[in-house]
This record gives sequence, C-alpha cells and structure tokens, in this order.
Amino acid sequence: MGESVTGTEGGGLAGVVKAVLLALPLAGLAAPLFVKRLLATTSSMQTPEARVDGRARLIASGTLLGLATGLSAAGLLVWLLPEGILAYLVSFAVAASIFALLSLGLNVQWGYTGLFNIGIAGFFAVGAFTSALVTTAMPAGPLALYSQQLLGLKLPFIAGVGAAAAVSGLVAWLIGLPTLRLRDEYFAVATIGIAEIVRLVFQNERWLANGPQPLRGIPRPLYCLVEDPPCAWLPPPLAAAARLLEPRDYPYVYLVIVTLFVAAAYLATERAIRSPWGRVLRAIREEEAAAAMSGKDVAAFKMQALVVGAMIMGVGGALYAHYLASIDYSHFTPLYGTFLIWVMLMLGGSGNNRGAILGAFVIWGVWTGTAFLTDRLGPTLAAISPQLPARAPYLRYLVIALILELILLFRPQGLLGEERRVSAF
Amino acid sequence: MPESSQVSYLFSLASWGVMLGGVIALGAVGLSLVYGVLRFANLAHGDLMTIGAYAVFSMLAWLPQGEALAPFSFGREFLVALALAMPLTGLVGWAVDRLFYRPLRRRESPPLILTMASLGVAFLLRSLVYLGWGADFRFYYTGRPRPSLALPLGVRIRPDQVFILGLTVLLVVLTYLLLEKTRIGKAMRAMADNPALARVSGIDTERVAAWTWLVGGALAAAAGAMLALDAQLRPEMGWFLLLSMFAAAVLGGLGKPYGALFGGVAIGVAQQEATAFLNPAYGPGVGFVALILLLLWRPQGLFGGQAVRLGRRRPSKWVRA
Repeated sequence: MGESVTGTEGGGLAGVVKAVLLALPLAGLAAPLFVKRLLATTSSMQTPEARVDGRARLIASGTLLGLATGLSAAGLLVWLLPEGILAYLVSFAVAASIFALLSLGLNVQWGYTGLFNIGIAGFFAVGAFTSALVTTAMPAGPLALYSQQLLGLKLPFIAGVGAAAAVSGLVAWLIGLPTLRLRDEYFAVATIGIAEIVRLVFQNERWLANGPQPLRGIPRPLYCLVEDPPCAWLPPPLAAAARLLEPRDYPYVYLVIVTLFVAAAYLATERAIRSPWGRVLRAIREEEAAAAMSGKDVAAFKMQALVVGAMIMGVGGALYAHYLASIDYSHFTPLYGTFLIWVMLMLGGSGNNRGAILGAFVIWGVWTGTAFLTDRLGPTLAAISPQLPARAPYLRYLVIALILELILLFRPQGLLGEERRVSAF
Repeated sequence: MPESSQVSYLFSLASWGVMLGGVIALGAVGLSLVYGVLRFANLAHGDLMTIGAYAVFSMLAWLPQGEALAPFSFGREFLVALALAMPLTGLVGWAVDRLFYRPLRRRESPPLILTMASLGVAFLLRSLVYLGWGADFRFYYTGRPRPSLALPLGVRIRPDQVFILGLTVLLVVLTYLLLEKTRIGKAMRAMADNPALARVSGIDTERVAAWTWLVGGALAAAAGAMLALDAQLRPEMGWFLLLSMFAAAVLGGLGKPYGALFGGVAIGVAQQEATAFLNPAYGPGVGFVALILLLLWRPQGLFGGQAVRLGRRRPSKWVRA
C-alpha cells in the first residue's frame, strides 16, 4: 500500500507503527534488567515500610525506563535494518518466544522440582489441538466431507488459550496420579509413553481433529488489525495507524501477544520460586526424603509442579496453533516437541527462568541456522557422498544432540546457572 | 467370522506375539543388564538396536550373497553379518560410554543426568543412521519368497520367525551362563547387588562397565537384526520398541536379565493380541499401558529384582549452589 510517506525501505509512517509494536517486546527484555539494578539499592533502606514502599516505586520506574529503552531500540532497528531482515527477525522471535513458554513450563517441572518429564510434546499437542478445536468453526457444507473435528465452538482466542491450559493441566493430573509415586526413571518412561499415545491418537482418530490431515482455519487473534479495512471497533486514530499495516506484517502484532504471555509466565514463575511453595519444590529436588521428613506432602507438591508446568506448556501449544493457523500430528514428534525444549532449558540453565528464555532463543537460532548452513554445505557434502546433500537436514539432529552432550559434560549448570535464591517471604 | 476361525486367528496372533516377544526380550535383556550394573535407564538402547540392524544391512552388501538356507529367507552371509555386527555394536555402546557416560559417572552425577545423556545419545545415534542410510524403509532381502508353515489350529508362521525365537533362547542362555559361570559375570552381579561393596572388594568397576556395554550392545544388535528380518529397517524402529522393552524388563524384574525373556514374550503376545481389538497403530501404547498397570500392581516385577520405589537421590551436583 503506497501510504508510506518517504517510500524508503522500513522507513515512513508504517515504520513508526512497527517500531511501536516492537517496542513492547524489547521493553520486556530491558525492563527486568533495570528493575533488578534498581531493586538492588533497596537493601540500603532503613525500615521495612520504606523498603516495601520503595520497591513499588522502583519497579514502576524500572518498567518505564525499560519501555523508553524498548522504544528507542525498536526505532533504531526499524531505521537501520532492511525490511526483509527485520521481518525475518520478528517471525524468528515469535517462534522462539513460543518455545520460551514451553521451556518455562519445563523449568517449573525439572528446574524447580526435578521431575524428568520427557513427554513435553504431549502437553504441547494437547494445548494446540484444544485451543484449535475450541476457537474454530465446525466445518459445514462440502467442507465437512474433507474436514472432521469433534468440536467447533468458535470461542474467542483467549477462551481457547484458557481451555488449552485447563485441559493440559487435567491431562497432567491424570498422568501424575499413577506415575508420580514411581521412581524418576519410570516417571520418565511413562511420560514418553503418554506423549507417543497422544500423538498416535491425533494421528489416527479422524473424528477428533481431522486425523492425519491438517486441522485448518485456526483463527489468528487480532488479525483484523492488518486487514483492510481494519477492525471496526478500533478508535479512528488507531484505525488510521492500523491501515498502514499489511497482512504480511501480522508477526509484529503476534509478537506483542506472545510477549505478553511470556512476560506473564515469567513473572508468575519468578514469584512462585521465591515463595514458600518454590522453597518446598527446591527442597524436594535436592533431598526428597528430607522434605518428606519435615512434614511436606511430597506427592502433592510434585503433582502441583507437574500440573502448573503442563498448563504453561498447554498455553505454549495454543499460541503455536494460532500462529501457524494449521496444525497436524507431525508437529509433535519427540525430537521437535520434546528434545529441542530440553536442550533449550539445559543450555540456558535449569532452575533459571531467564535462562529458560535465553536458551529458547539460542537453540531456536541454532535449529533454524543449521538450515542455512546445510544449504551452504551442499557441495562439500556431495564430495563426501552423493546421497549426503539430500540427507543434510538430519545434520541438525546431530548438532542439537551434540550440544546437549557437550552441555552435560562441560557446563552442566547451563549458560546462566541457577541463582542463589532467597525467598521473598 | 465363524467361531473356529476367530479362535485360530487369536492363536496365530499369539504365536506371532511370541516371535515379536523374542525380539523385545533380546532388547530387554540388554536394557536390564545395563540398568542392573550401571544403575540408570538407558533411553538409547532402542537406537543401539537400530545401529546394529543397519550394520548388518551394510555388511550384507559387502559379503558375497549365497543361496537362501531353506526353509529360511536368508543365506549364510546373514549369519556371518550378524556375528560381525554384534561385537561391533557392542563396541559402539562401549565407545558411547567412554565419551558420554563415564565422565558423568566419575563426577558422581545423579542417575537422572545419565538418563538425560542417554536421551541425547538416542537422538545422536538416530541422526547418524539418517545421515548414513537415509530415511527410507529398507529390507535385508527384497523379492525373496517367505513361505509360511501351516501348523495345527490354523496357525501360520514363517520359518524365519522360528529362527528368531531359537536365537533369542540361545542368546539368553549364553547370557545366563556368562553371568553365572564366568568371573566377569560374577563381577557384574556383584556390582548390581552392591556397587560400593564391589568396589572395595577390588572389582575393577570400569572393566565391568565395559563388558556390560559389549554384552548389552551385542544383544541389542541381535534384536535389531531380528526385527529387521521379520519386518523392515527404518531409522525409528528401535525407538518405537523402547516402551515395550522397558515394560518387558520391568515385568521380568528390572536388573534381572533372564526374567526379561518371560517379560518380552508376555508383552509381545499382549501387543499382538491387542491388534484383534484395536487399531494396530496403537501397538506401542499397549506395551506402555501394560507397564503402568504392572508398576501399580507389582512394582518389583514378577520375579523380584530391584524394587521400584520412591527414589532416593543424591544432592544434585548439576546445579551451582
């Protein structure tokens, strides 16, 4: 649409709208740093009342500083980077943020509690399909011949996400009932089994979610912002701004939505680990018998951690489904849906929420980067063996698996390591 | 379907289940052995099977092809390839141990960290299979007739399947003799019973670990080759069997290698019989459900073995305090 004023790449009024949209995710990165710095000064305050009062003010000013930094960084990015590269980075950030949610969920289970869940793909799939079934419309007319599904409630996006969290949590509870009493290795094997069964069910049961065929038409939240004319409910000035966006700019909008969810999950889990609840989980992880001896109901706490982690994973699945708009069982394999997320958490540092997010971005970068690399390596690989270039995509399996082994051998605490925690209470 | 043919169908399924059970048992014996001696759940055992099966495949291409040994579908070269691939896969298991597990063991990492390392190894081995042989399904012998024998009660089985069961019994007996009659076998049992005591009584635990991988890997290779002989080769064949092998090993009493023979056959029969009532795609799920029910009902397995109890874990050294 020729409405940009200067017509330069990435510049113009459309660039301003994009920069504003980008500012929020970037502020999400910057604000915690400011807040942390500022909060470090509270220890010098004298009375407890002054400290509580000071905390609130410092968090507010840290958030404002973060927003300002985010806005200026976004402006710089939009101004400096060619439009194509910026668009690529934005869709990269959306995917990595969705994995960050899954990794945050795993951190509650493994990082805090020491539950060896290797069936993430199961909760990921349950969340994705639940949200899809709840928010899509039932196929009608000739379409119903090709597309079958159990539900089509046509509920709004947010209800889909809520349902995804609820159903994933319920599934986790049902799995936890028989398996949490078992020793760690058996719990691990049981979770692989659940994930495989979930995938087999979605693959084979056509009535449930179109079986082996993709389930299409999953609504994309706030998609109307990038359509022409934009959403009817927008106030006129915002509608004018939205008119500058095109459908291919949708990832900018979705990045804001995903960031809100990641930020909420991050803040909630950070708060949880600093609470007495988090202290019990860490005690269970370190020495289960000692926690049980001090009167804690170990099984109940493990169940809570399993369910909370699974609910976060379910939300991750829902966001994944609404971004792709079309999903099928093949997205939820043990490699892509489980193993990749394990490597993300282990790389970032298990027990560390910022590590979980950092790991998701780094490993997603390696995962997508190896695709470029194998393209480049084509001629070299062909020289080794003629069949090798066609198989080069499997090099990324090798790279990811090697990364995990190297982390375990040389940096078991991950990039960031676990912080020494002092409960806030 | 008339009553009699339905019954004979169930009988056929049971006999196929016994053959599948042989394959599961061979894998489960190795899994159980590694668990007993080294005390961690090796999630890469299925992929070690896959490596063994593909190693046989590559050797068949090098070896001169002979006539099929009637009534089987394979010739002498298959037996030679199997005999070569077994120690080779054992060496792969040992090399993986030296590279990835031994450093963790030295550091006294908790068993779950070793299990996580084995998950990485599982994907590592599978990616090597993908890179080396591609993602296509393959067969040891294409286009050879595989006649089946008609047995009483309308049961039809192929001679190859009888061979699979015979080899399973032979290898399990050999493993039994190794564990009961040889010095290294006694050392393995001592380590399984009490690793600390084994160490102070002068047993070279690293040598025992190396032997455990050699034996476990060789059994995995045999299991993989048998599975491929009966069906086909595919990079995920071993991973798909992992749950069934765990179920079999638990049924037999984890850490009790010969109990796994019975466990494997029981799981194999259950899995085959289930196809009469269920979509065959859910086969692996049957092994899993059996595992869960079994753990709830009799956590120590049918023949004793190491009880599956709430874990006692050492303080985790993998996070910085």
